[in-house]
Amino acid sequence: MSTHAKTAAKPAKPSRVGAVANWVDERAGIATAAKKQVRKVFPDHWSFMLGEIALWSFVVLLLTGVFLSLWFKPGMGEVIYDGSYEQLRGLHMSEAYASTLEISFDVRGGLLMRQMHHWAAMLFIAAMFVHLMRVFLTGAFRKPRELNWMIGGVLLLLGILEGFAGYSLPDDLLSGTGLRIADGLVKATPIVGTYMSFFMFGGEFPGDVIVPRLYIVHVLLIPGLLLALIGAHMMLLVYQKHTQWPGPGKTEENVVGYPMLPIYAAKAGGYFFIVFGVTALLGGLVSINPVWRYGPYNPAEVTAGSQPDWYMGVAEGLLRIFPGWETEIFGVTISWNVMLPGQIFPMLILGGTLLYPFIEQWITGDKREHHLLQRPRNAPNRTAFLAAMMSLYGLLWAAGGNDILAILFNLNLNHITYFMRVAVFVIPPIVFWLTRRWCISLQRHDHEKLLHGYETGVIMRSPEGAYSERHLPISEAEAYYITAQEPEKVYELPAETDMNGVANRKARAMKLRARMSKYWFGDNVPRPTREELEAARLHAEHELAQHDPDGHQHLPAGGYTGSHELDGHPVDGHQFDGRHSVEGEELRKH
Amino acid sequence: MTDLVHDPNNPTTAGNPDAVAHPVGDPGFAEHRPRPTDVDPAAEKRAERQIATFFGLSSLMAILFCVAYFTFDIGDDPDTILGMGASNVTLGLTLGLALLFIGIGAIQWSRKLMSDTEIVEMRHALRSPDEDREEAITAFNTGVEDSGIARRPLIRNSLLGAAGTLLLPVIVALRDLGPLPGDALYHTVWKEGMRVVNDVSGSPIRPEWVRIGQLVNAEPEVFYNPEPYDSEPIEGHHLLAEKAKAALILVRMQPDDITPAEGRENWGVDGILAYSKICTHVGCPISLWEQQTHHLLCPCHQSTFDLADNGKVIFGPAARALPQLPLAVDDEGYLIATSDFTEPVGPSFWERG
Repeated sequence: MSTHAKTAAKPAKPSRVGAVANWVDERAGIATAAKKQVRKVFPDHWSFMLGEIALWSFVVLLLTGVFLSLWFKPGMGEVIYDGSYEQLRGLHMSEAYASTLEISFDVRGGLLMRQMHHWAAMLFIAAMFVHLMRVFLTGAFRKPRELNWMIGGVLLLLGILEGFAGYSLPDDLLSGTGLRIADGLVKATPIVGTYMSFFMFGGEFPGDVIVPRLYIVHVLLIPGLLLALIGAHMMLLVYQKHTQWPGPGKTEENVVGYPMLPIYAAKAGGYFFIVFGVTALLGGLVSINPVWRYGPYNPAEVTAGSQPDWYMGVAEGLLRIFPGWETEIFGVTISWNVMLPGQIFPMLILGGTLLYPFIEQWITGDKREHHLLQRPRNAPNRTAFLAAMMSLYGLLWAAGGNDILAILFNLNLNHITYFMRVAVFVIPPIVFWLTRRWCISLQRHDHEKLLHGYETGVIMRSPEGAYSERHLPISEAEAYYITAQEPEKVYELPAETDMNGVANRKARAMKLRARMSKYWFGDNVPRPTREELEAARLHAEHELAQHDPDGHQHLPAGGYTGSHELDGHPVDGHQFDGRHSVEGEELRKH
Repeated sequence: MTDLVHDPNNPTTAGNPDAVAHPVGDPGFAEHRPRPTDVDPAAEKRAERQIATFFGLSSLMAILFCVAYFTFDIGDDPDTILGMGASNVTLGLTLGLALLFIGIGAIQWSRKLMSDTEIVEMRHALRSPDEDREEAITAFNTGVEDSGIARRPLIRNSLLGAAGTLLLPVIVALRDLGPLPGDALYHTVWKEGMRVVNDVSGSPIRPEWVRIGQLVNAEPEVFYNPEPYDSEPIEGHHLLAEKAKAALILVRMQPDDITPAEGRENWGVDGILAYSKICTHVGCPISLWEQQTHHLLCPCHQSTFDLADNGKVIFGPAARALPQLPLAVDDEGYLIATSDFTEPVGPSFWERG
């Protein structure tokens, strides 16, 4: 046999990587998806890294969790401990607690992995909280990202539940007390409380099934949900593209930043190792949840100063400061003192969080897409609301450790509790008002900077002996950044409102909306118009040009008629910087 | 650069009267400034060496991790460093540094050697184009029409019914998660004649052994010695469940200080009273005892009970007084209960009444 051609027609010799890529693409068609994503642009800002910490600590949790699951026995059968930890040897305990001790004392690297797992869980939830605050403060939840905001809210809830389930697994005295409290919360449910408790624990508390049940929830059910939702969160992020800060060259229509490959592959990939490494250092150097010191669970024992993990501190605080209200009526008991703080309030907080974008949208009537972030000062009510919520969170958190505070600061425990009962109603509104005014002041400051320049710190002394600070115009880039916020419109009532029948109710809602919208935007400082900026620039140039040989502008006393005048004296911020004369300035003489 | 261009077809600005000309005008991107590594080959070489050094150090740490793993003992007689477990500390340090060095190297690489020129990508409209929407709706309607679900209410309704009825097996199948509560919450193992014993030693208690102001954590004798009570030994999780209801606080106060409620005058023995140790709030065991004030404080949520005044709540989130156990002395002079608790102990529940 012979061929007609000496060599077969074939493409240039592919590289080995190319061959693999070709193999995959012929089967999965990855090139079409990859061509867009490989050089996908992400904007750069330190605050965009917070969610990344949450993502990477979740990966650390998966890795360390797999390690732990190789030894952990999620059983409540009673065993007598005969492991390495001398103080507990010979005690009766559950298999779960005994195997946790085994991991801590008899598996090399086991304690490290346990502590890394716990530290990563703390970091996971903390990072989600801070990421949520970032998204909230910058308005990144606005259209089209409401859906991702809600997914994020559910992720946070699931993260907290996952944390509590994992915390309960070792079946030590502290976590058992946590479960006992959970049992009390469940029992307070109207009508079905005792049934729920018996079904949960497989009989009377503590039963012998709660640890294996929580185990499967902790290692399969919730992680599965978390993975799926994190996937959806990421896919939406990729599809919608990341938000960016306003600035030169940045618009609602583009994304400015660095490409996925190589910059973010290196930065984000490297950051995974940073998060992983920090948890490893924490796990090696900083003790966390030393369950061997608490001993096995015993429902007749508890340690003074018992504290849950930090993310449960708010729920704990609510439980602690709630008054002892209970109603016995028609032969049944309603435990307001447990039901309200333990069941109703958490649901309200979750519901309010998930619905927030829609509430704000209703007030502002803003149906536009937003891809440029807002500076917190430019949304004073939103910023103030979060600040108020943070103060409430802090108060409840402190209330959750009222016994620790009492001992630490030598205070009366009852007084702390009474204080907190009042403070949670008084302090958040004060914080709201302060933050709101603060934001508006910052807006005014921005406005001044645009029209009159920034304070240079250069102090000038005039021949008359007056001191003044020189103002210089800010850079064009900064001016552009400050004025990025598009003007808002206060919602106004339609002129003609049908005031009869069903429409009446709608009119009331519209009135409420108009009032809230006025409060929302009414005090905002609108950005200066092009004409105002131009006038300010001309004004400054004019004043500088009008100087007499002595370097001053000479106006007759009371002769100033500029836009910033008081009794004929200029009060435009230039009166003492050498641009105006000082003759006849009564203010000077004092 | 001049004003932003507002494309009327773009959903972010279309139909938006506020998208007016920007007062300042976009000055455009700042000029890119080269980094030392962009212009100085020596700096570039240095950065390359730095990055390789980080990766090299990472390898070294990973090897040291393995060395530490086999070098340091854990278990009964662990090696220690500065009082801490040597194995855990060295494993954590070496693993942490091995990971950190990779991370630092990679980020250094991106910052020093990879291009730092920002690039621009345009956003695309998130919503589908109108023709796609129409096509989707048409396709959907065709499918729905074909199924006839709108025209055949019998099929539709019976299907909805079947799907709804399927919820029943789902709920019923979970029935065996646990037994029904029954009257389990209304009873404890306490009964007439049961001795009150110390919860550590299990030994019975004579009134004269308890000093005024003293608190004893007590339990029913049946946990330690079931025979006199015709009971099987209570063990494992059954013991925990019974302890969670029967645990007791025994205190002795000046008899004059005590103000018993009606019907409880003879529930104590010479100023010795017994109360449930389980908090009526959410069930924590309580034993923080203020000797001088007769107050008992729950360490979980700080509910405070006055044991001289029938266990009344005087502070905190609990709503109900601590249940009291009536006491007496048996023929041999040891403390006994004269009955079970007269009300359910522990946290409140709906049908408790």
